[in-house]
Amino acid sequence: MADGIVVRDLNAWFGNAHVLHGIGVTIAPKAVTAVIGPSGCGKSTFIRCLNRMHEVVPGARVTGSVRVEGLDVYAPGIDPVQVRRKIGMVFQKPNPFPTMSVFDNVVAGLRLGGVRERSVIDEAAERALRQAALWDEVKDQLGKSGVSLSGGQQQRVCIARALAVEPEVLLMDEPCSALDPIATAKIEELILELRSTLTIVIVTHNMQQAARVSESTGFFLLGELVEFDVTRQLFTNPRDKRTEDYITGRFG
Amino acid sequence: MTPRARRGVNVLMSWLAALAAGLVVLPLLMIFAFLLWQGASAVNLDFFTHLPKPVGEVGGGMANAIVGTLMLLALAAVLGLPVGILGGLYLAESRDRRLPWLARFLADVLNGVPSIVIGIFAYSVIVLPMRRFSALAGAFALAVIMLPIVVRTSEELVRLVPASLREAALALGIPQWKVLLRVVLPTARAGIITGVMVAIARVAGETAPLLFTAFGNRFWHQGLDQPIAALPLQIFAYAIAPYDDWHRQAWAGALVLIGLVFVVSFAARLATSGRFTGVR
Amino acid sequence: MAVVAAVPRVEAQAAPRNLGDQVLRLVLRAAALTLVLLVLAMVVSMVRASWPAMRAFGWRFLATSTWDPVAEQFGAIPFVYGTLLSSLLALLIAVPLGIGAAIYLAELAPAWIRPPIAFLVELVAAVPSVIYGLWGIFVLAPLLRVWVQPALGKTLGFLPLFQGPPYGVGMLAAGIILAIMVVPYITAVSREVLLAVPTSQREAALALGATRWETTRIAVLRYGRSGLVGAILLGLGRALGETMAVTMVIGNRPEVAVSLFAPGYTMASVVANEFAEATSDLYLAALIEIGLLLFVVTVIVNALARLLVWSVGGPVKAVRE
Repeated sequence: MADGIVVRDLNAWFGNAHVLHGIGVTIAPKAVTAVIGPSGCGKSTFIRCLNRMHEVVPGARVTGSVRVEGLDVYAPGIDPVQVRRKIGMVFQKPNPFPTMSVFDNVVAGLRLGGVRERSVIDEAAERALRQAALWDEVKDQLGKSGVSLSGGQQQRVCIARALAVEPEVLLMDEPCSALDPIATAKIEELILELRSTLTIVIVTHNMQQAARVSESTGFFLLGELVEFDVTRQLFTNPRDKRTEDYITGRFG
Repeated sequence: MTPRARRGVNVLMSWLAALAAGLVVLPLLMIFAFLLWQGASAVNLDFFTHLPKPVGEVGGGMANAIVGTLMLLALAAVLGLPVGILGGLYLAESRDRRLPWLARFLADVLNGVPSIVIGIFAYSVIVLPMRRFSALAGAFALAVIMLPIVVRTSEELVRLVPASLREAALALGIPQWKVLLRVVLPTARAGIITGVMVAIARVAGETAPLLFTAFGNRFWHQGLDQPIAALPLQIFAYAIAPYDDWHRQAWAGALVLIGLVFVVSFAARLATSGRFTGVR
Repeated sequence: MAVVAAVPRVEAQAAPRNLGDQVLRLVLRAAALTLVLLVLAMVVSMVRASWPAMRAFGWRFLATSTWDPVAEQFGAIPFVYGTLLSSLLALLIAVPLGIGAAIYLAELAPAWIRPPIAFLVELVAAVPSVIYGLWGIFVLAPLLRVWVQPALGKTLGFLPLFQGPPYGVGMLAAGIILAIMVVPYITAVSREVLLAVPTSQREAALALGATRWETTRIAVLRYGRSGLVGAILLGLGRALGETMAVTMVIGNRPEVAVSLFAPGYTMASVVANEFAEATSDLYLAALIEIGLLLFVVTVIVNALARLLVWSVGGPVKAVRE
């Protein structure tokens, strides 16, 4: 049973700065949803609210409700740890653990979960690396340090690390912003392959990328969700003047 | 591990870490409580105004040691601060190739050298040639201990001065040396004062390097080339002596000394909070 | 110099710089040179002053354990042993506490409680050594003699470490006092190291569903481990050279004893106790050689420590001791 992500009246603050204003949106399951907008518009904060990473920053606060695949993320008594296990996340800059090998990086989440059987771990590592389209490149160097790989490979290690625990949702916070065009193309290809199995939300500052990989797109401006629609619709025939200004490059 | 067990471990480790933090600061509280309990009764007017009484007589004070410590600190500051601050300015500003690296490294090395070793150094370059223990030798030892702290904080603080400020002054056609002395140094002043006070607080309680330089003196000092009393030395001498009245005085001396050190540290902290509003 | 003076105008055009700039440059360089020369003078003067002892005993100085000022026989073993044992004991206590406290301050504590505790830790480091010694004599030693040592003797007395009469003062007291004194340095430097670990590392672990502690364990501690080793070494450097408090509680007897209850002696304390009374030149030279040895060891330990700490977050602002 998949019901995607339902966000109702979501507000977020950093200290006194009110950075998200009453966001309400329903994100479809097993599809790719892109979040675009100029920098500082709250798009990163938005996806960090979905797996309760926002509150990690000192002074940060959230109100409203988020349901991810039926789980009420902000219900009292819900442990953020439990939420984050269901939801994988990939960050702007690749952040493999430098003291761990590629293999250990990929299975870090499983080991945290207490999985000890060698066969289960080996199998999950191979599956995740294949899903991340990295297996053929690194299968002979699984013991090498995670940071010895190229930037694009590192980012795919991080994707594999997120996928290894078989999450239902994958959040990607500008996953290609630190990568070169070839590595970016690989990641985009990967997103397209994954979309049949996972709900993916990707934040990007690159409108072409949003247009290439996503089914739906939301446009954020100054902490508000200005418009949310089918991607082709939003880019070819936006309803809101501000969206039109943004996608035609008239500001930002 | 079940999620529940993991949460349990998380809570347990948080408490263990908190316990460790508690144990780190516990001795401070114990020592402070003990100083107040044992020493407060002996801190009276006599303590600040009288010389030590000879063995067997009750009473007396540590007036000479308090004055001696203040004199040693002042003299050490006179010897150490100019070199330290200018050295820090050099490290922050110079574009020389090798000397800055060497000086920075040696400052850090000097910072880690035990103070007793610096006492030996002061002994061999000042006490031996002069053939007597002296206030000068004690102050020299303290100055050497202060030096690396002052150098490194000054450097750090001068680096914090925004380049734009410097460039603005240079663009007005003011020569570089005037910019450094009139613009850069005054801007970093609050921070440098902090560094100086931290350095003074650190050396105020130093005992080991004074043992065979300042040496101690049961009377008022007779000049900078003569032995001089110091509070830490007096505390040490009284602590290891077998008389109860002296032990009481040692506690009182310790209370005064720790008061001095803490007041300077607090003042440094206040100056630091000014630093961030001043510079940024 | 003469060449420059002969063509003043050309020089002025090549580098248009006024007199004030040149004077200031010279003054600043002189200040930095003073620092360098000071360290150099330290080495030279100590080597020269200890030369008689080096010539008289050579390497035997480090390999014999007789310390007899009357017969003018000097061997450093009891002091080296006492210094190493007391420092080791101190680290055994201080490392878990210091790193635990640093983890608390950098990772696990609620945000509002961090600044006051960090300030208290600074104050622990600010208490003068002689006051720790005073407290050691009158509070710690009696406590050990009456309660701790009898209890240890009863339960663990089968180990040679915990045998012998409970004096209170001795190696155990020295180790504990040293631990109290070095733990704030280990805490402060470790905390700086942990804070220098990039946030992205923590986020990677948190997003995997790690708890705070698991994040600390797999992302923060592993990332910062070389810096933590550096912090421990800085603590070791402090412990090796700490003088007054140790002198006041270690018992000051130049013997090599296995028991932690027995009195001992350290390199720093023998210099502190006997320097002003050293009657002969050879005696003085022997004490200075011990000082030189201490100098060399602490310089090596500190240099290593700095490099390790820097390897994590760049030249981390050193705690200002």
